[in-house]
Amino acid sequence: MYSFELVRPKSLAEALSALKEEDAQALGGGQTLIPTLKQRLAQPSKLVSLSAIDEIKGVCVDDDGRLCIGGGTTHGEIVASAGDYPALVSLASRIGDPAVRNRGTIGGSIANNDPSACYPAACLASNATICTDHREIPADEFFQGMFMTALEEGEIVTEVRFPVPQKANYQKFAQPASRFPLVGVFVARFSDGVRVAITGASEGGVFRWTEAEEALSDNFSPEAIEGLTASADGLITDLHGSAAYRAHLIKVLTGRAVKAAA
Amino acid sequence: MAKVSMRVNGKSVSADVEGRTLLVEMLRGPLGLTGTHVGCDTSQCGACVVHVNGKAVKACTMFAAEAEGAEVTTIEGMANADGSLGTIQQAFQDYHGLQCGFCTPGMVMSAAALLKDNPKPTESEIRHYLEGNICRCTGYHNIVKAIQAASGQDVGAIAAE
Ligand SMILES: Cc1cc2nc3c(=O)[nH]c(=O)nc-3n(C[C@H](O)[C@H](O)[C@H](O)COP(=O)(O)OP(=O)(O)OC[C@H]3O[C@@H](n4cnc5c(N)ncnc54)[C@H](O)[C@@H]3O)c2cc1C
Ligand code: FES
Ligand code: FES
Repeated sequence: MYSFELVRPKSLAEALSALKEEDAQALGGGQTLIPTLKQRLAQPSKLVSLSAIDEIKGVCVDDDGRLCIGGGTTHGEIVASAGDYPALVSLASRIGDPAVRNRGTIGGSIANNDPSACYPAACLASNATICTDHREIPADEFFQGMFMTALEEGEIVTEVRFPVPQKANYQKFAQPASRFPLVGVFVARFSDGVRVAITGASEGGVFRWTEAEEALSDNFSPEAIEGLTASADGLITDLHGSAAYRAHLIKVLTGRAVKAAA
Repeated sequence: MAKVSMRVNGKSVSADVEGRTLLVEMLRGPLGLTGTHVGCDTSQCGACVVHVNGKAVKACTMFAAEAEGAEVTTIEGMANADGSLGTIQQAFQDYHGLQCGFCTPGMVMSAAALLKDNPKPTESEIRHYLEGNICRCTGYHNIVKAIQAASGQDVGAIAAE
């Protein structure tokens, strides 16, 4: 690791002012950033730890019935306290391993937008709103491609607000060495339609499978998507699986998610 | 350099560390607690698992400064007050839950975290919980048996020898 200064402010305001410094970077749970620093792929002058800021931690329900999760909340805390949204708890409980879940945070995961991360699929399928220190961003606009988001320099994810679907399910086809999904599918059914978000598969990061959404909005059953094929265009090919294999998984896992949710 | 203070295995300790100093480096270096191992240094193997405020974490993937003011428990804190092996440690010995012993500190700390949340885990719950702890020697069966025994359960039910 290159050398840097580490600060641990107790308030959001102090963190924002520390992040104004050139080459300063936020530190969430460090489960992605520390390995990156060890590989010398990043060289911040200062790391601003968010772990002592209580105002961006915790889970509650707002007046619109949305589940609101602080950006600094760990995966483990979400498992323990987001019982109002069981599919999200199930997703969080399968991230990495217990020690990773005790440090890693939802804010860090979505700010990173790893093309194989789990939460981006939940955000997109649930039509969540990502709140930062100065604005609210709909999930459809937040995720902008592999490791790319709408976040500006020094902007902090303070909260993620999830409308809770009538029915939902997340299917993760885990890549056994990394424990990340090779493909993950999140299906959410609301009174006004169904949303289907796919992670792990595309070179453009998380995306919605709109054809399946239309078919499932008419008929929420695995049979509804039988005639569809997910396109392999733009999907990832790597040593774990080809684009065609990932396309196949998208359809199979979508069917399983619908079956489990229905 | 900045001074970082915490309680480790019930004792107040402090050391001057850099921003980039990992918790495991502080434990093994200035504090001399070399029971916590570094297997991979890439958060894959779990040899470095310790408890911070009661939660299992990978000490190779947390900065020492992040544990300022925390209550930390390492494998050195798992023995009984008289120095004899604690229940989980004794079960690892009784059931041959180790061979080279490199993974063992992390296995014991993960097992302790599991049993705190789930005092009577099933075999599959134990295996699932140990997903982030890799052992290159034992094939895991005896580790699983040791943890079941430490939880006061019958280990006869585990099929594989
Ligand atoms: C062994 C292992 C297995 C894993 N398996 C999975 C898996 O199956 N599924 C999955 O989704 N993830 C998985 N992860 C990743 C894990 O979920 C990370 O915790 C997460 O991706 C990053 O969160 P963090 O809080 O650790 O962020 P950090 O590593 O601290 O930061 C990541 C990035 O986000 C920025 N950042 C952090 N917090 C904020 C914030 N609040 N606002 C703005 N920017 C911020 C940082 O500056 C950095 O650029 C795994 C990790 C490991 C080590
Ligand atoms: S040394 Fe920390 S997980 Fe391997
Ligand atoms: S006993 Fe050798 S690595 Fe587990």
